[in-house]
Amino acid sequence: MDAPLLTTPLDAWHRRLGARMVPFAGYAMPVRYDFAGVLADRCRSGVLAEHLHCREKAALFDVSHMGQAMLEGPGAAEALERLVPGDIMGLKPGRQRYTLLTNEAGGIIDDLMVANFGGDRLLLVVNASRKDIDFPHIQAGLPSGVTLTVLPDRALLALQGPAAASIVGSALPFMGVAETEVEGIGCFISRSGYTGEDGFEISFPAAHAEALADRLLAHAAVVPAGLGARDSLRLEAGLCLYGNDIDETTTPIEAGLTWVIGKRRKMSWDFPGGAIIRDQLDNGAPRLRVGIRPDTRTPARGGTEIVDAGIVTSGGFSPTLNAPIAMGYVRRALAEDGTVLTLMVRGKALPATVVPMPFVPHKYAR
Amino acid sequence: MAKKNADRRYTKDHEWVELDGDIATVGITDHAQEQLGDVVHVELPDADRMVAANEACAVVESVKAASDVYAPLAGTVVEINETIVEDPAIVNSDAEGEGWFFKLELEDTESFEELMDEEAYEEYLETL
Repeated sequence: MDAPLLTTPLDAWHRRLGARMVPFAGYAMPVRYDFAGVLADRCRSGVLAEHLHCREKAALFDVSHMGQAMLEGPGAAEALERLVPGDIMGLKPGRQRYTLLTNEAGGIIDDLMVANFGGDRLLLVVNASRKDIDFPHIQAGLPSGVTLTVLPDRALLALQGPAAASIVGSALPFMGVAETEVEGIGCFISRSGYTGEDGFEISFPAAHAEALADRLLAHAAVVPAGLGARDSLRLEAGLCLYGNDIDETTTPIEAGLTWVIGKRRKMSWDFPGGAIIRDQLDNGAPRLRVGIRPDTRTPARGGTEIVDAGIVTSGGFSPTLNAPIAMGYVRRALAEDGTVLTLMVRGKALPATVVPMPFVPHKYAR
Repeated sequence: MAKKNADRRYTKDHEWVELDGDIATVGITDHAQEQLGDVVHVELPDADRMVAANEACAVVESVKAASDVYAPLAGTVVEINETIVEDPAIVNSDAEGEGWFFKLELEDTESFEELMDEEAYEEYLETL
């Protein structure tokens, strides 16, 4: 039998706001809300409306299910570099970087955010579905003096959209981080997110979860948004979902994440799977992750076969483009923009085209 | 627009059927559209297609997933609602009216009576 679902510190809050809860990565999470009262005045209910509200104003996502941990002590950055291809030692205080835990085969154990809060403190944010794998994996190789402290008592909110910056009242640049107050509550904030919009991720003690969520929601521009909108927003932004678009069998090169490999790391290739990843960079990977636009109105979901080419790993409908979009892996020879593909949807062959990503331009605060 | 009346029958797959002579109009119920969420695409059967009872013959795609729509009764497709192909949101806003999917010329109109009436369907919904 399945274990009972875990809950985030905002479980009751979601239910009060009309959330439809679904299981995700072992947690009960809101997939969308049925808005009532003042929220109904701000936004129509449904995934489409939540999605568009985020692009137009601001949406508040509870992402407290994600794993947070502090890697601390002299040599913390050096220790993490043994596990990831990113330049972590070059990550300055006040900055955050997207990186990958890789395995010996060059596959991806997880993707994560690493933020330098100064004083040899690196805040790690990993996927909910992978924290039981990631944290022991990181813990296993730590030298003395470097500690990994998992932070299950911290909530994580993402406020995303063009109205987010004025609400948070921060002038951080994109991927900047700071220890600061938001609505009077002490937080670790980063100017980042998973939507392609400007926005913030806010880590703070779970005891204040409802207080901060309510204060953010007091701003007229904000509505809560669920996993449904989060997924369609990240797909439009061309961002990978761990377990769909990347996993232990996909390499950073195949996934189009070559940019995560630090310049200095490309001299030594001293991270798990380095030799394989280097070979793929030099000689080409067998397959590549690409953006796909179906030529018809029929969405191609994850798992859809791309005839003689590969497979769709994420796909759905783009509310912004009012058209289906997808991403997936194709043989390298078919990865050029403009290549015509054939999708097999319910036994029908449907034409599609390889396109650049993101599908919707990023609006990060550069 | 949701006109519920004695001429309507319902299926466990959440289709509604309205009979006029031997022509049955078929759509998905308000409960179904509500569960699906925003409908973004609809695929309808070709006109003149012969369908068996419970045969999957249309597809409704929401932001979340694709779902089959079944022929509630055996018959021949005589008309399809192109309007919902052009504007799938009508399936959400008026599932049991303007959001109808297709019309079937029934092989056997008596089988219509075997489907659930409104009261039975609402009782069925209570059990879900």
